[in-house]
Amino acid sequence: MSDFDEELTKLALAEDGKRETSVFSNPGMHFPWLQERIETVVTGGKKKRDFAQTTSACLSFIQEALLKHQWQQAAEYMHSYLQTLEDSDTYKRQNAPEVIWKLGSEILFYHPKSNVETFNNFADRMKNIGVLNYLKISLQHALYLIHHGKLEDANRNLSDAETWRYGEKSSSQEVLINLVQAYKGLLQYHTWSKKKTELSEIDKDDYAYTSETGNSGNQSCRTSTSICALLKTPGVWDPFVKSYVEILHEIVPSHPLMLEFHTLLRKSDTEEHQKLGLSVLFEFLDFAGCTKNITAWKYLAKCLKQTLMEGHLVWVEEEWMSRRSWWPTFHFSFFWAKSDWKADADLACEKAFVVGILLGKGCRYFRYIVKQDHETLKKKIKRMKKCVKKYSIVNPGVCT
Amino acid sequence: MLPLMLGRVRKARTWDLGCLQEILKSFTERCSQCAAVSWGLTDEGKYYCTSCHNVTDRSEEVVSTAVITNTKINSISRGLRKRSKHEKGWDWYVCEGFQCILYHQAEALKTLGVGAELKNEVLHNLWKRYLQKSKQAYCKNPVRTRGRKAKVLGDNLQSSDCASELELLSDTTLESGAEFQSDPQIPKPFPLVKASPKSEAADVCSGSVDGVEYSEWKEKGVLKMTVPRTLALCYLSLLWQRETITLSDLLRFVEEDRIPYVNAFQLFPEEMKVYGRDKGIFAVESWPDYEDIYKNMIEVAIFLDLPRFPDVTEDCYLHPNILCMKYLLELNLPEMHSLTCQVVKMTGIGEVDFLTFDPIAKKKRTVKYDVQAVAVIVVVLKLLFLLDDKLEWSYSSLAEAYNEEHREDEPQFDFRKWYQVMKKTFDEKRQKWEEARAKYSWKTKRPIYRSHIDKSVMYKRREMVEHLQKQFSALVGSTPVAEKKDPSSFQFNWTEGDTGSPCFHGHSLQGLLRTKGQSLITKNSLYWLSTQKFCKSYCKHVTTYEESNFSLSYQFILSIFSFLLRIKTSILHEEVSLIEKKLFEKKYNESKKRSRPKKVRRH
Repeated sequence: MSDFDEELTKLALAEDGKRETSVFSNPGMHFPWLQERIETVVTGGKKKRDFAQTTSACLSFIQEALLKHQWQQAAEYMHSYLQTLEDSDTYKRQNAPEVIWKLGSEILFYHPKSNVETFNNFADRMKNIGVLNYLKISLQHALYLIHHGKLEDANRNLSDAETWRYGEKSSSQEVLINLVQAYKGLLQYHTWSKKKTELSEIDKDDYAYTSETGNSGNQSCRTSTSICALLKTPGVWDPFVKSYVEILHEIVPSHPLMLEFHTLLRKSDTEEHQKLGLSVLFEFLDFAGCTKNITAWKYLAKCLKQTLMEGHLVWVEEEWMSRRSWWPTFHFSFFWAKSDWKADADLACEKAFVVGILLGKGCRYFRYIVKQDHETLKKKIKRMKKCVKKYSIVNPGVCT
Repeated sequence: MLPLMLGRVRKARTWDLGCLQEILKSFTERCSQCAAVSWGLTDEGKYYCTSCHNVTDRSEEVVSTAVITNTKINSISRGLRKRSKHEKGWDWYVCEGFQCILYHQAEALKTLGVGAELKNEVLHNLWKRYLQKSKQAYCKNPVRTRGRKAKVLGDNLQSSDCASELELLSDTTLESGAEFQSDPQIPKPFPLVKASPKSEAADVCSGSVDGVEYSEWKEKGVLKMTVPRTLALCYLSLLWQRETITLSDLLRFVEEDRIPYVNAFQLFPEEMKVYGRDKGIFAVESWPDYEDIYKNMIEVAIFLDLPRFPDVTEDCYLHPNILCMKYLLELNLPEMHSLTCQVVKMTGIGEVDFLTFDPIAKKKRTVKYDVQAVAVIVVVLKLLFLLDDKLEWSYSSLAEAYNEEHREDEPQFDFRKWYQVMKKTFDEKRQKWEEARAKYSWKTKRPIYRSHIDKSVMYKRREMVEHLQKQFSALVGSTPVAEKKDPSSFQFNWTEGDTGSPCFHGHSLQGLLRTKGQSLITKNSLYWLSTQKFCKSYCKHVTTYEESNFSLSYQFILSIFSFLLRIKTSILHEEVSLIEKKLFEKKYNESKKRSRPKKVRRH
């Protein structure tokens, strides 16, 4: 009896203990009826529909299937999930297309039975549900098409999207419109670039060449205008800028952007870009309007030095070859020496350095500048003399 | 006396859709407010922008054979089912709709094996009674005011089609039959909604004649029929007939789409158009909830002034002894029947008076037969195993050891093995159930639109959804669709081994019982109560079931048992507490007297 007694007392006390906690500690108390009241307040007096519960369960199943790459299953659940497009809850119904697009496009992208046509069909349908999804879906649709190599279709898509307007809603979609234009520009750049490579293979005397160049010229203009407008909007547009600048370089080598382009190129790791950086500068300075651009000369000076230090004498020689005949008179005449020094000593110095490298210390320009006396630039000139001595291409043997 | 004028009974205007599309397409002007090109036509024939709802002055005459002009029905003496030459569809009343649903529900029950009397007599009578009780105040019948002689309700006992069932509501009936004398008040006319020009265009419309009035009808003392209440009526009939379908079975059949409930209005005849306010009345987007239907059942029974139901005696399916046996089999438990019977006896829940539903005498409460039976089993398991996360496992080890030694003998029931089998099976079943629910299709082929403005939008939407669904189902491919199993009140069958799991039915409880004098009692002599204290406040509720307060075994058992019945665990827990309250009543009382913490001692 006593053993039992003890046991039972223990048990009862334990129970009491449990009860204590359940009375005083919050998680212990549970009033189902109160819970329900609170929940109805939250939902505005309406009980949560099983429709809402089953569709959100469906959504989790879709997401799970996608994570596990079970495309078949995902498609099955998607079939049921589509009913959210008819949800009587307006808010949910309006948000449904976006969710369905995201999930559906994912499924159609990966599912083995899906193809471009199915995707197109789906995208076209989803675009036109409601009004706000058109641009977003068009853009993503275009990217999909690009991915699958259907550039023309993508271009068409983007062109359609470009012209989309919907009254007051347009303003909120600005960003997307910009993106659409950007990608359209990019596509045009791609076409242009392809054309360029094609052209380089055609014989210049061929009739086709002239007509093609004409076309390509038009293309370039169009492309550059579309991208140009874009660049005015704030944002990070780097990939687009590069293509823009490349086109510009072709059609307007003296554009001020070329200098930035040069910097970008020099930052790059590839040799090709480095080389291009050098030639961009030379081409820039080919133009009369740029002769007094101190930045350009500074860059050129630095660039030459670096290039020669890295041992790419060949590049310099290549660039200089076509210019040897006319640059000296164009930039480095005695007249220029005097005039440059008078106008801007710094500029003169930079030019002197360049000419020293290219024409050697014997040339008139160099000799003139070096002879000049200048308070601040004395040291610089001295250094310059040393450098030129070292690196000038005229005495290649001297370079170490 | 003048017949009652129904101010705004109007029939739907049905446009010839194809013709309309053509016209709208050809109008390509931009909206002055929002610059969109997206037009619709109002009921008046004026163009309006579907994006900003700006109505223009431009109008259109749509002439087509299908167009009907706005007809006002001045009296209902035409009869409810008369088909107008111009209109598409019949005039129908909301209660007709409900009657149709009930009819189909009864048919479904018949298919499930329920006797025909349920439909022809019991349910039929309940429905008639309901009409009388509610129609007293719900008067749209000018006939009454004219003093026309009432025709007795049609004796459509053997009717086999819904249409003739609807005869029931022809305008000449509804006066009380012999037994149910209505009180001699002047029937109040139905609150009429005056037709205002605004409301005509917008969303105050319905396919039924009185849909709007019905949804706005609020009257004290009258119970409005709703879709859940049709199910409550079904259950009342089942209970009256003491059929072998419990409430949880019924609800499970509804979820399995064997009994019309969600979208039951799809069974209406083609000519009964459902739209507008009808949506709120007939389109439900939730499955019936046990507690909800239970509560409704009692309310309806009280409203209908039903007498005491036929006795639930010991040989009745609903008697706890029998239900316990059923659930023991279904839960793959061994022979515990004698124990369950003992508990039933000791608590008095097997008494006829306790079990029989008497709406007048015992208001607000009847017996949840299924939940109660399962709760008894829980109590028995607690008696046998204590379920404190210790004892049951030590008993299992003993049983396992014994079974190893005595392979030729009847095996002793091993709780651990049972737990493993049940956990696996129930987890699988639950997973499948959740998947099936997630895929459930709530929306109908023909969408119910709220107003005529919505109609084309909703149809277009539907078309698009179907198109998209086709796309995706093409991707799904030809997976063999699982054959829908035949309906059964048993969800598991362990003896046939179709679950591929061992069957514990024949196992013995030898290791768990010992003799005391003449009888067998459980080896375990301890017990803990699911609820220490019962709430004394107005709700008279059981303050209870926070899972973390209880042992894992108890949680597991509650979880699988309540899944079997598709109810919330808290409901089962509550029922267990109530049984324990009865079982240990003496102890409860004694403890109050002694006023010190009382140990619960059983024998």
